[in-house]
Amino acid sequence: MHELAITVIGPDRTGIVADVAEALAGLGANLTDSTMTRLRGHFAMTLICTGTSAEAAAMALEPLDGVTTTVREVSQADVAADGEPWVVSVHGADRLGIVAAVTREVAAGGGNITDLSTRLAGTLYVLIAEVDLPSGAEDELAEHLAVAASELGVDVTLRRAESEIL
Amino acid sequence: MKLPDLPGGRVLPVVTAPASVLSATGVEVDPTDPAIVQLAADLVATMRVSPGCVGLAAPQVGVGAQVFAVDVGGHPKAVTTHGTFVLCNAKVVEASRWKAGREGCMSVPDLTGDVRRAGRVVVEAIAPGTGEPVTITTDAFEARALQHEIDHCDGKLFLDRVAGAHAIYQRKVYL
Repeated sequence: MHELAITVIGPDRTGIVADVAEALAGLGANLTDSTMTRLRGHFAMTLICTGTSAEAAAMALEPLDGVTTTVREVSQADVAADGEPWVVSVHGADRLGIVAAVTREVAAGGGNITDLSTRLAGTLYVLIAEVDLPSGAEDELAEHLAVAASELGVDVTLRRAESEIL
Repeated sequence: MKLPDLPGGRVLPVVTAPASVLSATGVEVDPTDPAIVQLAADLVATMRVSPGCVGLAAPQVGVGAQVFAVDVGGHPKAVTTHGTFVLCNAKVVEASRWKAGREGCMSVPDLTGDVRRAGRVVVEAIAPGTGEPVTITTDAFEARALQHEIDHCDGKLFLDRVAGAHAIYQRKVYL
């Protein structure tokens, strides 16, 4: 089955999600996974949907007021989880290259980032990444992250993700 | 808990991240040192004038030392409370009933985060001034406050313990 990957970005206003969902529902498209947040006041939404063509979705979303949308067809992704869940926290004075250096170390250690958020609050930069790591890779990654953090002048912690499943 | 007699406290400026003192492990202190007794009084005075503040650790006023003040009295999430107190060289010796909860911090004024903490702890420490050993057994909000402050004394912020990528939040107002 074809899936469409759609992004919607623009200055936040009331009703963007409703507009997007309504436009897609009008095509008979089924919205599957989606995420939406505000990034420094910018509305940002990414979603996967099925049941319509990329051309039809692009035409339906094009008239939406004040937002930029992209639509592309993607092949269905393998969703199998791999590795053990860990969390990386980084905080320190904002400077160029924190995300690049930290995520490069994670990748070099075989870690797959499954969720990430960063915040700039005043001069404080915060990065929190959820990472699937190969079993036994944590000690070496922690060492490499500590070296990278020291060079950046930031603090880093790597810890196992808490699971509270009933 | 009765607070030992402390001198008049001074209100000190609160340091915010990314200040390096917040990331450094605080040194163990001599609780009978007059400078530490004054620091204890200053922490209480600064905590009392800060709206919504239920705890304040020495690194937050720029001093890399294992001293902190706590007062969760009157907070709706508090169950067991010990009033206003100051501890030196505190350690968590027992921790159980782990539970997630939202935390903020005067040193990270723009963000809050979900952090898993023990809902029941036993903390061993030394009282400033008298130098007497103190054991505090507490729960709920006071237990969370103690763990947050002991983390400060160890150079850690709640940001080092947030549960995941979507567990930090922009703060709308600082109470």
